[in-house]
Amino acid sequence: MAQGSMAPGIVAGRLSAEELARNFSDLHPAYAPHEAAVAADRCYFCYDAPCVTACPTGIDIPLFIRQIQVGQPEAAAKTIFDQNILGGMCARVCPTETLCEQACVREAAEGKPVEIGRLQRHATDTLMAQGVHPYMRAAPTGRRIAVVGAGPAGLACAHRLAMKGHDVTLFEGRGKAGGLNEFGIAAYKTTGGFAAGEVEWLLQIGGITVETGRALGRDLTLDTLRGDFDAVFLSVGLGGVNALAVPGTDKTGVRPAVDFIADLRQADDLAGLPVGRNVVVIGGGMTAIDAAVQARLLGAETVTVAYRRDRAAMAASRFEQDLAASHGVRLLFNVQPVAVHGNGAAAEIELEYTATRDGRLTGTGETLRLKADQVLQAIGQALVGAPEGLRIEGGKIAVTGAGRTSLPGVWAGGDCATGGDDLTVTAVAEGRDAAEDIHNALMG
Amino acid sequence: MADLTTTFLGITTPNPFWLASAPPTDKEYNVRRAFEAGWGGVVWKTLGEDGPPIVNVNGPRYGVVYGADRRVLGINNIELITDRPLQTNLEEIARVKADYPDRAMIVSLMVPCEEQAWKRILPRVAETGADGIELNFGCPHGMSERGMGAAVGQVPEYIEMVTRWCKQNYDKPVIVKLTPNITDIRYPARAAKNGGADAVSLINTVSSIISVNLDDFSPEPSIDGKGSHGGYCGPAVKPIALNMVAEIARDADMRGLPISGIGGVTTWRDAAEFMSLGAGNVQVCTAAMTYGFRVVQEMIAGLSTWMDQKGYERTSDFIGRAVPNVTDWQYLNLNYVTKARIDQDACIKCGRCYAACEDTSHQAIWMKPGRVFEVNDAECVACNLCVDVCPVEDCITMERLPAGTVDPRTGKVVSDDYANWTTHPNNPMSRAAE
Repeated sequence: MAQGSMAPGIVAGRLSAEELARNFSDLHPAYAPHEAAVAADRCYFCYDAPCVTACPTGIDIPLFIRQIQVGQPEAAAKTIFDQNILGGMCARVCPTETLCEQACVREAAEGKPVEIGRLQRHATDTLMAQGVHPYMRAAPTGRRIAVVGAGPAGLACAHRLAMKGHDVTLFEGRGKAGGLNEFGIAAYKTTGGFAAGEVEWLLQIGGITVETGRALGRDLTLDTLRGDFDAVFLSVGLGGVNALAVPGTDKTGVRPAVDFIADLRQADDLAGLPVGRNVVVIGGGMTAIDAAVQARLLGAETVTVAYRRDRAAMAASRFEQDLAASHGVRLLFNVQPVAVHGNGAAAEIELEYTATRDGRLTGTGETLRLKADQVLQAIGQALVGAPEGLRIEGGKIAVTGAGRTSLPGVWAGGDCATGGDDLTVTAVAEGRDAAEDIHNALMG
Repeated sequence: MADLTTTFLGITTPNPFWLASAPPTDKEYNVRRAFEAGWGGVVWKTLGEDGPPIVNVNGPRYGVVYGADRRVLGINNIELITDRPLQTNLEEIARVKADYPDRAMIVSLMVPCEEQAWKRILPRVAETGADGIELNFGCPHGMSERGMGAAVGQVPEYIEMVTRWCKQNYDKPVIVKLTPNITDIRYPARAAKNGGADAVSLINTVSSIISVNLDDFSPEPSIDGKGSHGGYCGPAVKPIALNMVAEIARDADMRGLPISGIGGVTTWRDAAEFMSLGAGNVQVCTAAMTYGFRVVQEMIAGLSTWMDQKGYERTSDFIGRAVPNVTDWQYLNLNYVTKARIDQDACIKCGRCYAACEDTSHQAIWMKPGRVFEVNDAECVACNLCVDVCPVEDCITMERLPAGTVDPRTGKVVSDDYANWTTHPNNPMSRAAE
């Protein structure tokens, strides 16, 4: 018997198995083939299409949509994968509303863009469901490359390098490859074990040895890697979590949102996953929204996202904000945490209203209290344990060009490196481009 | 309210929308349904000689060309004339006509090219009380191999001969249905007129192979791995039909010859276009086969609405109104100079105009920073391709240069005098300018 939303504290099994299954079903269900053909037909095949410019990986969108329209989703998938080997995941998690679909001329014309993300998914799903891998490796080069971190950047880099004929060892600190695709990102965006399936499909290229449980700084050193391999690509992500610097964050019930999401993504049974009755998420990015929506979907009675700036400044897109609101998440703007109260366990959070004065965000002195038996912090992640000798800039590994670090033979990309937004699609582009650069450097 | 009542060959029907001779008019059941739905008349599916009925294939007899969202743009068929006994058809025709005296009942006929064959069938048709006959000289498949249908329609002498037999042996209107599978529609039309035809109807279907199955390489519709050319109809053939109707309407020899317009009529607008080019009414098939008989209600309401908007009280007010404007190329005004104009507020920056002009036309559109597309008048020949491919209605328009301005492309001052090729200095045949 489900416990219900009103059960106090952080408890498991608030909702029935049926409710949970319904709540965590696919956010954007796959197209049936006819739906895809109709959706594809809306594309105008623009000249020098704005959607392509808006895509960090530069997928030839009008071409792949035309290929769907003429009945060849497999060919469309190849067009996508040529630029973005994780096109399947990006079709699910890309904030298309701020990238390709925002740029779509039909968004300008009618406020209804071509549904590029769903079309991309139709193409990539069709090809991946056939279990074929559309790429062959080039003749072996005899070069060995270490890729550290098996998230989107590392996977994209490893695949491109393997394709070029290099031998890749892909190190991953966790027990499983996939990075944030596997451990982050809301479950309803990547259902059915897609992340793990995609990694498996990607590795079919061959030439990539995955070593899990091998983390930089803990099990590996950059010096050793530089000695053992012809080149190194660092894609270690942001392993650290920014902590709230307010009293009470040591109380039970206060934890990083990324951990909450990772637990959720790895749970075999969502009914066994504890969630608070009154959940407050601190932050304004995608992680905050993903955590908040999922807390509601697990059965929390109230979920509030508390963000210190106004709506316009929120990193999460308007689509994400509306998604949260539609699930009953309350979005609270211009508030910052002051303290978490409670006797051992969190019970309330105290927030202070903010205002921008002289260009600086400051507290107004007026406060409010919300019930909060669970407080999820989503105020950003940070690079931890960066190897010595690498130039760091703004808390990230400084890179120039296609991911070149300050050390010869060492490249970096993805969230751990400077440049670009912290998006899956950006990480893929950086991994791919670094691979091309590594290839040119080694073979040039 | 506009009055849609239309009189064609002395046959008055409540509207100008008739169903063409085809599967929808194959039997009493369908035709009663059609009349109940509001159709003004029907041309009964073609009857053949008495005797063992025609057989049809027992596999698919239609193929299709789709537009977006499986919208039917064209259908072809390999169905033959009626495959039911002659007597059955005649009895049904008589019954239905008796019950619907205000609707047109035309009987389509196709018998061998022998006078006796026509003499045998015509009195029996006359007995039904039908309003007239239509001679099927158009079917491009099956029957033409047996010397009927298009095989007659492609030989003007046969058309004239058979038409004359019919006029001599039948005293109600005789309509000759023409095949488009010829080089110049005016020759068979003139033959029909010379034979005494009261009207021509056109077009019949266009010879076609609709598609090829790329797995078994059979033309479609496929009958056990083989296909045969069929007759193409539907919205895709409308432009072909409009031209042929206009060619007859504006021909001096055939002035005043009534025309029943056929070919892809799907909406009131299609009907209005056919009629403005000289058709006294229209016949419809594919639209009914795609959407059912009820589609006539849109046609009726639409034509009526348009007529009200334009102030036409009856269909005769606009029938033939476009005919004087159909001319030969040599008479087009070469002093009519236009340039494309792009409405920057309406432009959604897709760049299709640019791609079309830059790749396939006259390099007369600039793509400027910020995806701003502008017309270079010095190169624009006013071909209209940018207008055609622009997805936004009225975003690109053609604007006439006023007289007195200089066309930057030619450097010449635009004149508002009418001047055509027959007087153009580059024309070696031109008459010397005074």
